Amino acid sequence: MSVKDIFDSMDYGPAPEDAAEAFAWLVDQGDRFGHFIDGAFTAPGDGFLSKNPATGETLATLTQATQDDVDAAVQAARQAQPKWTRLGGYKRAKYLYALARLLQKHSRLFAVLETLDNGKPIRESRDIDIPLVQRHFYFHAGMAQLMDTELPDRDPLGVCGQIIPWNFPLLMLAWKVAPALATGNTVVLKPAEYTSLTALLFADICRQAGLPKGVVNIVTGDGAVGEMIVAHPGIDKIAFTGSTEVGRRIRAATAGSGKGLTLELGGKSPYVVFDDADIDSAIEGLVDAIWFNQGQVCCAGSRLLVQEGIAQIFLSRLKARMEMLRIGNPLDKCIDVGAIVDPVQLQAITEMVDACAHGEVFKVNAQLPAEGCFYPPTLITGLEPSHRLMQEEIFGPVLVSTTFRTPDEAVQLANNSRYGLAASVWTENLNLALDVAPKLTAGVVWVNATNLFDAAAGFGGVRESGFGREGGWDGLRAYTKPRRRVRQLTRIEPNPAKNGDPEGIDQTAKLYVGGKQTRPDGGYSRNVWSKTGKLLGQAPIANRKDIRNAVEAARGAAGGWAKTTGHLRAQILYYIAENLSRRAREFAARIDAMKGGRQGAKEVEASLRRLFTWAAWADKFDGQVHGVPIRGVAMAMREPVGVIGTFCADEAPLLGLVSVMGPAMAMGNSCVLVASEPYPLAATDFYQVLETSDVPGGVVNILTGSHEELAKPMASHMDVDAVWSFSSSDLSGLIERESADNLKRTWVNNGRARDWYEEDSRAFLEATTEVKTVWVPYGE
Amino acid sequence: MTTDTKNTLLPQAVERRNPGMALDLDWVRRVQANTSAIERRARTLPGRRTVKKDVQAAWLCKAVSCIDLTTLAGDDTAGRVHRLCAKARQPVRADLLDALGLDGLTVGAVCVYHDMIAPAVAALAGSGIPVAAVSTGFPAGLSPFHLRVQEIEESVKAGAREIDIVISRRHVLTGNWEALYDEMRTFRAACGEAHVKAILATGELGTLRNVARAALVCMMAGADFVKTSTGKESVNATLPVSLVMIRAVRDYFSQTGVRIGYKPAGGISKAKDALTYLMLIKEELGNTWLSPHLFRFGASSLLGDIERQLEHHVTGRYSAAYRHAMG
Repeated sequence: MSVKDIFDSMDYGPAPEDAAEAFAWLVDQGDRFGHFIDGAFTAPGDGFLSKNPATGETLATLTQATQDDVDAAVQAARQAQPKWTRLGGYKRAKYLYALARLLQKHSRLFAVLETLDNGKPIRESRDIDIPLVQRHFYFHAGMAQLMDTELPDRDPLGVCGQIIPWNFPLLMLAWKVAPALATGNTVVLKPAEYTSLTALLFADICRQAGLPKGVVNIVTGDGAVGEMIVAHPGIDKIAFTGSTEVGRRIRAATAGSGKGLTLELGGKSPYVVFDDADIDSAIEGLVDAIWFNQGQVCCAGSRLLVQEGIAQIFLSRLKARMEMLRIGNPLDKCIDVGAIVDPVQLQAITEMVDACAHGEVFKVNAQLPAEGCFYPPTLITGLEPSHRLMQEEIFGPVLVSTTFRTPDEAVQLANNSRYGLAASVWTENLNLALDVAPKLTAGVVWVNATNLFDAAAGFGGVRESGFGREGGWDGLRAYTKPRRRVRQLTRIEPNPAKNGDPEGIDQTAKLYVGGKQTRPDGGYSRNVWSKTGKLLGQAPIANRKDIRNAVEAARGAAGGWAKTTGHLRAQILYYIAENLSRRAREFAARIDAMKGGRQGAKEVEASLRRLFTWAAWADKFDGQVHGVPIRGVAMAMREPVGVIGTFCADEAPLLGLVSVMGPAMAMGNSCVLVASEPYPLAATDFYQVLETSDVPGGVVNILTGSHEELAKPMASHMDVDAVWSFSSSDLSGLIERESADNLKRTWVNNGRARDWYEEDSRAFLEATTEVKTVWVPYGE
Repeated sequence: MTTDTKNTLLPQAVERRNPGMALDLDWVRRVQANTSAIERRARTLPGRRTVKKDVQAAWLCKAVSCIDLTTLAGDDTAGRVHRLCAKARQPVRADLLDALGLDGLTVGAVCVYHDMIAPAVAALAGSGIPVAAVSTGFPAGLSPFHLRVQEIEESVKAGAREIDIVISRRHVLTGNWEALYDEMRTFRAACGEAHVKAILATGELGTLRNVARAALVCMMAGADFVKTSTGKESVNATLPVSLVMIRAVRDYFSQTGVRIGYKPAGGISKAKDALTYLMLIKEELGNTWLSPHLFRFGASSLLGDIERQLEHHVTGRYSAAYRHAMG
């Protein structure tokens, strides 16, 4: 084509990025890679091919890690860890700064290699992925610097096993490695087998930065290697980003091991467009929501909800915009949509769309390259929530859509999902945006924007999108633990029967469900004996149906309670304290009778103090506004977790119960409390206090019975958002395992005792709330 | 009067002229413009599209063909205008155009004040290049209304084929859309056969939403082109403003089937910027708009940078300003 021809046609031409440097680096490494363990590359072993999905060509041969490799990596990390921690914040900051600078100096090499390996457009790796990686290391260099002063009472976890996905290979590495290193942990990281090359280049950079041996270890391989890391006894924490299915397996596999766990999983994120939105901008936003990285984004805005009145015009303009997308060679600087990561993934997308029997499928009429894994941008309109593609993650460039009538209906549709990762809201009405954002079940909400990320702002999901946050101070906490001595907890058995006579009129303890005293479903009770052998009374034996009823009551109360003001919740907590204090002597005597000794008065006093603490906190646990690099705000809002089920401490029948009820209530949660198993009667007395203290029915529910019996129905209940256990029965493994189905949050004691007299508000504040990051770019 | 018969650079020669329509206030008030999102689109576009080698040269030549070569200075003389018109006829050195296979490339128009129309028309005789005149009390547009209308009529009589009018910014700032509509309608009528560009002076309209609504009202009132700026405001053409205006153009086309032209003016001085504007037009409006009858640059120093880039393309050596003729 001559210049004249192009002058007439005004077509774009090819604009390929030169990949010579990246290929040269691969050749320098012999096109074969071992693992990076203890500061050096191991000899390449048996392995697999790493391919360019856009062409099918082989880029390098990688090594499948064996158990010995993983052991060696964990051992190197373990050995390096104490010294790395002892370096202190400033010295670690210098290394992280060096990594950030080196990533910057080699930015194009990283970008080109990422595109070759993953198939994403060079525009994205160059302008988004790699700059965010650099930002993450800079930010966490600062976190390392500040750790000594800002987190003086926290220690690193130790050795972190990190398993990352193929959609943002280097960025996910940065999200995992930077905070771990900043806080003094060492890591064993496994990149996805499709996309390991930039991780290996990063290993090279670590050597250049002079990073101490063993601080970063990288092993390559498939899911089997991931399983070895997950199961490894020498690892203290697992951080995983990937599919919900694998996340569930990791939850189950680590259950009871005492390992820390954060999971960043799948999503089906709603993209809500109201009729007063800037329609063209909302459409442009969709390009970045669902055709970014070929839609292979966990937080992709893949579920379009558009207000009925503008649906027709919106969809027709959207289709016109889709036709302008350029699909092809990812190395071309003029390409919007590159290659799907692997033929397996392409096949999965194709099958899901082909099987869709509903709605109307619109595919961009583009000439796809003959070779390589490409899928055209696709829009499916007219789907309903009951259709499979409205519920399941496609993880490809496929947008599904439906309409809504009112803001309430938009919220209902948006939340009608097992996932809860991200959401976008488009409206020019600030009242509407700020009303809807908190109602959306998601860890991240973007107002009039989409897919904004920054190291300073927490990212992560709720429901089956996982738990834990990455980025900011919240992300950092997930790589640290409180500095304290731990004591083993031994099981406390109920007092044995001794035939002592009961005193006074018979008293009937019941369960407390939905604000009412109820008899146990099973109709059984057990005798409760005093330390000295007197019959104190009978405690109901709750069964799984009582769990069901209590959770239902708690769910019913949760929404309304979450909406009350902190001021009101504080008043109610103070009132509980007031009413408890009137009966302080009676409660002290009850505790002394059950436990023996004369510590009852002290426990009651501590309980009153604890209630005051939580009344105090009810209106003071503020969110944050993060300093993100946009004109706008990223607000970290603290939201209640929802329904919390707790197996209360056996050893402190009143204080243990009040210590979990207080924060749960203060932060706007409802709860199901299973009372101390050996000493249940303080809890059953306590519901009388609740009844006189204006606590709305269902906000607090109290059950008595066997912790072991009730742990399974509670932990496996799909409508429970969090389960905690401070029981002296060994429930930790069971609860974590049973929680895997809906990936509820868990907090278990792993057989370790807690000093209930010690104030540890921070831990409870964190556990009773979830961070939602709401991004609001502004400007007129 | 001009004796030209070549009218191919004039919009009305190619497109159905905008008949205008009744003022639709519901539509005007429905228009939204989210500044942050618009800026994001504008900021990322240069990273999403690029043109290289022959394609870049062809696109730069296209940019040349869309330039309204402009002199709007108090010290303009017939001699100054003659030199500009000579440049308009031969915007790029003949040997370079020959190498590119684009002999005969001219700019889109020459843009002057009223008193310079006659020398410009004379200098451009036979070239087919139209003369555009700024009018209606340019740049502030605050002279008596009947004089502004009269100025248009005088300029048309003097041979201007295009009239660049300025709108009354106060009508936009006070939301008086009826007044803006009536004013534009009167200006359009005064233009007769000459085609009319509505200068919004976007740097003085306060918000992007105002820009979008003003553009829409001017189109409803019969503007053939919407233009960003006089070049005299402190902020002139920007990518976000352009995005807002061409989306209004697209909206108007989808509702009426009439294509309105777009002219960013002021502040575009680099070849790279010109390419970005062309990409923006191509992406948002499509190829039809990549032509002088629907797209113009109001620029004076842009051409010099493009000439240097084109010489580099032809010779492989970076160029120098003195190697290209003054305009």
